Amino acid sequence: MVWAKMKFPFEKRVKLAQGLWLLSWLAIVGGALNFCFGCFLKTEIRRRTEVMDNSNIHIVPNTLIVSGLAAIGINYFAGQICQDALDVGRFPRWKTFLKPYCCCAIIFTSLTLIGVILSFTMRSSLEGSLQVGLRNALRFYKDTDTPGRCFQKQTIDHLQMEFRCCGNNDYRDWFEVQWISNRYLDFSSKEVKDRIKSNVDGRYLLDGVPFSCCNPSSARPCIQYKLTNNSAHYNYEHQTEELNIFVRGCREALLSYYTALMNSIGAGVLLLFLVVLASLRYLQTSMEAVIGQENTEIETEGYLLEKNVSETIVEYLNPVMKLLLLNQVQDGLVKKSVRMSINYRQLPQVKDHFKISSCCVFLICDNEKQTA
Amino acid sequence: MALLKVKFDLKKRVKLAQMVWLMCWLSIMAGVLVFSLGLFYKIELHKRSELMDNNESHFVPNLLIGVGLAACGINAFGGKICYDSLDSSKFTKWKAVLKPFLFCCLLFNALLFFTALLCFTMRIPLQFILAEGLKNSMKYYKDTDVPGRCYMKRTVDLMQMEFHCCGNKNYKDWFEIQWISNRYLDFSSKKVKDRINSNVDGQYLVNGVPFSCCNPSSPRPCIHYQVTNSSAHYSYDHHTEELNIWKHGCREALVSYYGGLMNTIGVVVLLVTVLQVGVMVGLQYVNTSLSTLVNPEDPESESEGWILEKTVKETFTDVITKMKAMGKGNRVEVGTEKQAVATLS
Repeated sequence: MVWAKMKFPFEKRVKLAQGLWLLSWLAIVGGALNFCFGCFLKTEIRRRTEVMDNSNIHIVPNTLIVSGLAAIGINYFAGQICQDALDVGRFPRWKTFLKPYCCCAIIFTSLTLIGVILSFTMRSSLEGSLQVGLRNALRFYKDTDTPGRCFQKQTIDHLQMEFRCCGNNDYRDWFEVQWISNRYLDFSSKEVKDRIKSNVDGRYLLDGVPFSCCNPSSARPCIQYKLTNNSAHYNYEHQTEELNIFVRGCREALLSYYTALMNSIGAGVLLLFLVVLASLRYLQTSMEAVIGQENTEIETEGYLLEKNVSETIVEYLNPVMKLLLLNQVQDGLVKKSVRMSINYRQLPQVKDHFKISSCCVFLICDNEKQTA
Repeated sequence: MALLKVKFDLKKRVKLAQMVWLMCWLSIMAGVLVFSLGLFYKIELHKRSELMDNNESHFVPNLLIGVGLAACGINAFGGKICYDSLDSSKFTKWKAVLKPFLFCCLLFNALLFFTALLCFTMRIPLQFILAEGLKNSMKYYKDTDVPGRCYMKRTVDLMQMEFHCCGNKNYKDWFEIQWISNRYLDFSSKKVKDRINSNVDGQYLVNGVPFSCCNPSSPRPCIHYQVTNSSAHYSYDHHTEELNIWKHGCREALVSYYGGLMNTIGVVVLLVTVLQVGVMVGLQYVNTSLSTLVNPEDPESESEGWILEKTVKETFTDVITKMKAMGKGNRVEVGTEKQAVATLS
C-alpha cells in the first residue's frame, strides 16, 4: 500500500517535469540567497564582536552558509534530472543515482530546518552574551589610552547613534560607571574631589551620559549632564522628558535587530526546498513504470513512499540495525531462505503467478523452468 | 562615393544582425541602469530638499529618467528589427520605417550626449543652492515649534552626523546665530540677560555648537559648549584640539558628495551614448546591406553596406538643399496662388 498516490497521464508528467525544472532553478536562487544571507549575518556579528562575550552565535550563519551551498548543488542536479526525465532513453542513467540523491537532499533540507530552529533557540544565548559584552564595553569606554581598548569609545558611540540606544539596560547604566577618564579631570578642583570622596571605589560618577545618547529628534538642544536634576535646566522635568536622549537600552536594540535578521529568510527557503523534494520524488516514481515499455505515453502512478510511513521507517532502520546485530540476523535469514527455496520449487502454481508480475522475476522463473 | 563601404555575404549579414541584436539588449539593460540612477538621484535630492534653497530644480534627474525609458523603448524596437532582418519577408514591413527611425536614433544620441554634459556641469549651480539653503536651515534650527520648519533641527543634526561636518563654511558659523530657542532660556537669569544685551539684534549667542558636531573618534568626552574658552576645561587648548568636533563645513561635504554622484552618473551616460552610437551604426549597415542585394530574389547574394551614401560634405549639402527646397516650395506655392487669385480677379 503506497503513501500519497497520484495518477500521472503523459501530459501531466510533462507538466510535472517542466514545473519541477523551473522550481529547481528558483530553489538555486533561494540557495544562493541563503548563502549570501549567511555571509551577511556573519559579517554583521563580526562587526560587533567587541560587545559580545562569546562566539556561540556563529553557528547560525555557518549553518546557513553550508545549507545554501548544498542547496545550489542539489537543485542543479534536480534541474538536470528534469531535463532528462522527458527523454526515456536518457532517464535510466539517473536511476541508480536517484535514491541516494533523495536521501542526500533530505539530509540537507533537515540541515536548513535545523538552522532555522537554531536561530530561534540561540536568542537567549545571544542575550546573555550581549549583556556581559556591553557591560564590559561601558566600563572600558574611558580607556582610550589603553592599547587593545582604545577604540571602545568610538565603537560604543557609533553603536548608540546607529541603533538609537543608550547604555546596556537603559541610560542609567552610565551613572554607575566612570566614563570620563582621569586624564581630563582636574583633581585640584573641589567639585571633583567631592565626587570622588562620596564614592566607595573612588570613582568619578555623575548623572550624565555621553553625547551619542542624544536624540536628534528632540525639540530642544540636548541635555546630557545633570539629567536627574530638574532645577539645573530651565523648563525641564526629567520624568516627562521623552525625546531628549534615547531611552532604549542597546542590548534590547541589538537583540531585536539580530533576531529579525535571522528569522526573515529561513522559513521561505525551507518551504521551497520541501516542495522541490516532493515533486522530484513524484517524477522519479512515475517515470520508473515507463522504463522498458514501448508506449511512453501511458498513464502511470506516482507516489511519495512505497509503503506507508511506519513501514518505510522500519525498512530504512533495518540496515542500521543489521550492522549492529550482525550475526544473529544473518543466521536466521540463511535458514529462512533455504526453507523458502524448497517450498517454492514444490509449488507450480506459485511459479505461474510470478510469470504475470515484474520482468526480472519473470526471467528467473523462466530459467528455472528450463533447468527443472 | 560612400562612407566606410563594406561588402557583405549571407554569413556576414547574419553575424552583423546577431551582433546588433546583442548590442540592443545590452543597451536596454544600460537604459534600465540610467533610469535607476536618475531615480536614485531624485530620491537623494528629495531627502535633503530642506537643506537646499526651495527652488532646486529636479530637471536633471527627470531628464535621466526620461532618457533611460526612451533608451529601453528605442533599443527594444531596434532589437526587433534585427531579429526580423534575417527573414526577408518579415523585413519588408520594416523597410519604410527604418530611415526615420535611424534619424530618431541620431537625435536621441545627441540628447544623451547633452545629458552627460549637463551632469558634469551641475556642480556649479549646486554650490550656490547649497550655500543659501544651509544658511537658512541653520537659522531655522531653533524653530522646532514653527509648522513647516519643525523638522529642520533633526535634518541638520542627522546631516552633520552623516557627513562628518559642522556649520556652513566651518563650525564658527554656529557662533553667529542663535540656535537655542527662547522657549528654553530663563529670561530672569542674569547671565541670559547679559548675553542678549551684549548683542545688537538681541540674540542669545554662545560659543558653542550642537551635539551633532561631536566627533566620536575623539579620545575625550565631547566639549561642545565654551569651545573657544581654553580655561573652561581642564587640559584643553582649542587651537590644537583637532578631534573634538568636526572642523569642516557642510557645504563642502555636500557639494563633494553630490558632485561625485553626478560625475559617476555622467560617466555612465557617456558610455551609454557610445553604445547607442554603435547600435545606430550597426542598424544603418543592416539597412543598407539588405537594400542593395545584387539579386533581390536570392537571399544568399552579395550586397554592400555603408554609413552614408555620399561623403559627409555631399550629404550635408544635400540636406541643406532639401531644406531650402522645402522653404522655396512654400514660397512658390504662395506665389502661384497669388497669381491664380490675380488672374481670377
